[in-house]
Parts: sequence; C-alpha cells; structure tokens
Amino acid sequence: MSNLLSINDLTLDQALGILRTAAELEKLTEGGAKKLPTLRGFTIVNLFYEDSTRTRISFESAAKRLSADVINFSAKGSSVSKGESLKDTAQTLQAMGADAVIIRHGSSGAAARLASSGWIKASVINAGDGTHEHPTQALLDAFTIAKRFNLLNNEGQIFVGLKVAIVGDILHSRVARSNALLLTKLGAEVTMIAPPTLMPVGVAAWGVSSDYSLDNRLAEYDVVMMLRIQSERMTDSYFPTEREYARRYGLNSERLGKMKESAILLHPGPMNRGLEISAESADAENSMVLEQVSNGVLVRMAVLYTLLGGPTMVDEVVKA
Amino acid sequence: MAHILESSDISRALKRIAHEIVEHNQGVENIVLMGIPTRGRYLADRLQENLESISGAAVPTGILDITLYRDDYRIRPPKALEKTLLPDGGIEGRDVVLVDDVLYSGRTIRAALDALGEFSRPKSVQLAVLVDRGHRELPIRADYVGKNIPTSLKESVRVHLMEVDGEDSIEILGERQ
Repeated sequence: MSNLLSINDLTLDQALGILRTAAELEKLTEGGAKKLPTLRGFTIVNLFYEDSTRTRISFESAAKRLSADVINFSAKGSSVSKGESLKDTAQTLQAMGADAVIIRHGSSGAAARLASSGWIKASVINAGDGTHEHPTQALLDAFTIAKRFNLLNNEGQIFVGLKVAIVGDILHSRVARSNALLLTKLGAEVTMIAPPTLMPVGVAAWGVSSDYSLDNRLAEYDVVMMLRIQSERMTDSYFPTEREYARRYGLNSERLGKMKESAILLHPGPMNRGLEISAESADAENSMVLEQVSNGVLVRMAVLYTLLGGPTMVDEVVKA
Repeated sequence: MAHILESSDISRALKRIAHEIVEHNQGVENIVLMGIPTRGRYLADRLQENLESISGAAVPTGILDITLYRDDYRIRPPKALEKTLLPDGGIEGRDVVLVDDVLYSGRTIRAALDALGEFSRPKSVQLAVLVDRGHRELPIRADYVGKNIPTSLKESVRVHLMEVDGEDSIEILGERQ
C-alpha cells in the first residue's frame, strides 16, 4: 500500500499514468460501465476535520463507483469534539479495518503525520492539509487542462508551451502549491498573480514566476485559475476592502474579454461570486468549473486504483 | 526456447478459426468480435479480415480491457488500463466472440465475461484463442483453438505478433519436461 501526500510523491510518469487512467475510466463510464468491481471488499474512510462539499463527495463517489465501502467521518458530531486526538481516531479506524484513509485537516502536515506515524497500515491520501497541499485537486486540474487542449496522448512533459496563471490568495492556498508543483512537472510555464500581501515569500522556489498585476499579461495565458479568498484562514487584513480586491484581482467580463479566445478558466470552488470571480465569468462558456467537478471523480478513481492495488508498496503503475 | 508456431502457421490457424466461426454460426450476420488487449485485439483484427474475405461482410470488432475486472488486484501491482472500445451498434443481442492469444487459467476470460455483462446482454458469448496451453483453474473452455500446446506449469508460452513485437511467432520459455 502506498500514500499520496504531496505532488512530490509522484514522478512525471506516475502523474501521467494517473491522468491516462482517468481518461480510460471516462471512456468506460461513457460506454455504459457505471460501476466497476475493482475495489470490492475495500473499506475507505473519509476523515474530514475541515468542511468540504465537493472533495468529500467526489472521493465518496469515486470509491463507490469502484465498489468500495465508504465510511464518512467528519470532526463535527464525532468524538473529536470530545477531545479525541488524531492518533486515537486513526487507531480506531485501523481497528475497523480501513484500507485507505482520505484525510482533510486544517494543519499542514497532518496527512504526512498520519502516514509516517505507524498508527495505521492503510494508505493515506491527502485531501488538503492546512495551507500545504491538495494533490488530487492539482491532478484533476491538470486532467481538465490536458483534455481541453487534447494533450493526453503526448509523451513526457505534455504541457510544454502552455502558459498558466494562478490568481488570488496564493499565500493560503494548498491548491496553488500542488498545482505549481504538478503543472511545472508537466512542463507548463506557471505565473502566480496576487497582491504582495498574499504572495508567499520565496515563491520562485516552486519553479514559477510571479506578478502583482493581473492585467499585465492577461492576453498571453492559456489557462487562468482563480483561487478562492480564504477568509477562514485570514488572521490579518491582507487587502483594504473586498471591493478593491475584486477591482484589481477579480475576474470580470471585461477581463474575460481580454483573454485569449482559446483560454480556459478554472476555479477549485467553492466560488465567492462577486469577489475573486464575477457571476458572468463563472458561468461563461470557457469556464470549466463544472467539468472540474466531474473530472474530479475520474481522477480520484484513478488515484484509488493506482494506490490500493498489490500486496506491498506500489511504486508505479506497471505497464501491461 | 522452442518456436512452436511460425508466421505461416499462425495465419493458417486464424483462417481455420474464421471458417469455424462462420460454420458454427451459419454466417456472420450477428457476430461481433471483441479482442482482449494486448495481443487479442490484433488477433481480432486479423480474424475480421479473414471473415471479410470469406463472407464479404465487415464484422463489427471492438476491444475489451479486463484490467478492472481481474481477481488478483490485491496480490499484484495495478496494471495500466488499456483501451475499451465497443463497436458501433454495441453488443446487445449479438453473438460475441472473445479473442485472446493464450488460454491458461481461465481467469482472464472470467473477468472478460464480467466486463461484457457490464455493458449489456449479448445473445451468446464464444471464445477464440490462438493457443490453449491447459492448466485451467476455472470451468472455462474455448470454442475455437488455433493450437493446443500441452505445457508444464514451469513453462511459459509467448505469442509474438507483428503489431506489438515486430514478428509473428509462438515460443515456449522455460524447461520442457
């Protein structure tokens, strides 16, 4: 069994393997195979210490379409509110025979702690840990981009020549970090765009460039990914008013019009309509927000399939 | 290492299987060929050509990947998925001929039957293999066999096809008893 804690856990080939598996799963689903028997008898636990709609439902749906049994655990309404530690909760899940634990936690490194502690034998999949990483979101974003630009059949760094802008609350965004790592691994040229207060120090170390202005090179990007302003993680005032943020960094119809004709718009959701993205932009023709959701299920099926097979640590999907 | 069949033997065997399919089904009107990756899909393509030259009709041919239906997922590392492609018109109510290179334990065919059932309900399912090497672990048999090759469990049978391996041949690896 193995884990997916960070995009850094994946080689280029493994990442491509997951994207291609997702593509085959999509064709199977379209061909009429709604339910696959592969994970029959597996127990998968959704261990969610933070609120989530789409990630939890997406993992649950992915696991069920592969015939696994799913147990949903959310911190609210559980013994966590009585003060149970992560360790005790994890050992309880182990005793119940979980094969995989999908964990979302407010603290960066929680998934890595769970995986390396020896508390459980199950595979650990990081579904978002604090401001650190959210690898399956990056994989589904890459899958959405690869499908839209028809790049999945290429070899090696399939995103070479593609320009991607990631815009907004980079500082608090695990989605931004995972995407920066994955998209650059796949060869894309990534630019982080944020006000100085929301730009992490040393962002160049992620292999990306940065810009304080959204309008600067807007016409050059093939993909514009808008991030949610994460008010729940903001302990300071990072910008004067929401109106000013929306005016300088929000995606509205005027900016949408300046983008390339072929460019697509991504947002990991949930969207703050009117803040980082205007309602017209969110519903625009080149907005891929809903495709991201349906692709999420396919990519998570591919991740579960790739991680859970075999008797021991699985390094990569073996070529038939 | 012994070559059991050469290129000409393989094409003769496929031609004979094609004739048997036509004979057994009294024509090809209702036939659909489904090749199992990797090599079965190319054998299915070749059978399609043979059937066409016998009957003049292009038999619908598809690809059926069984990876997600295997029963050894917990004991072996996961394999990359191959393409699954249903022919236009689907397989509902058709006489489906599964095509694979080697019939051994029968577990691949069991998985293929499950995979077929996921899409719809064929009228009948038949099995064509290039080599039957014995050692069945399930109650499964082939309707059309290119060549029966008795083997020991220590041996392995390798089918090489032009489309994948650059040559047509069948060889046995490991010790002969």
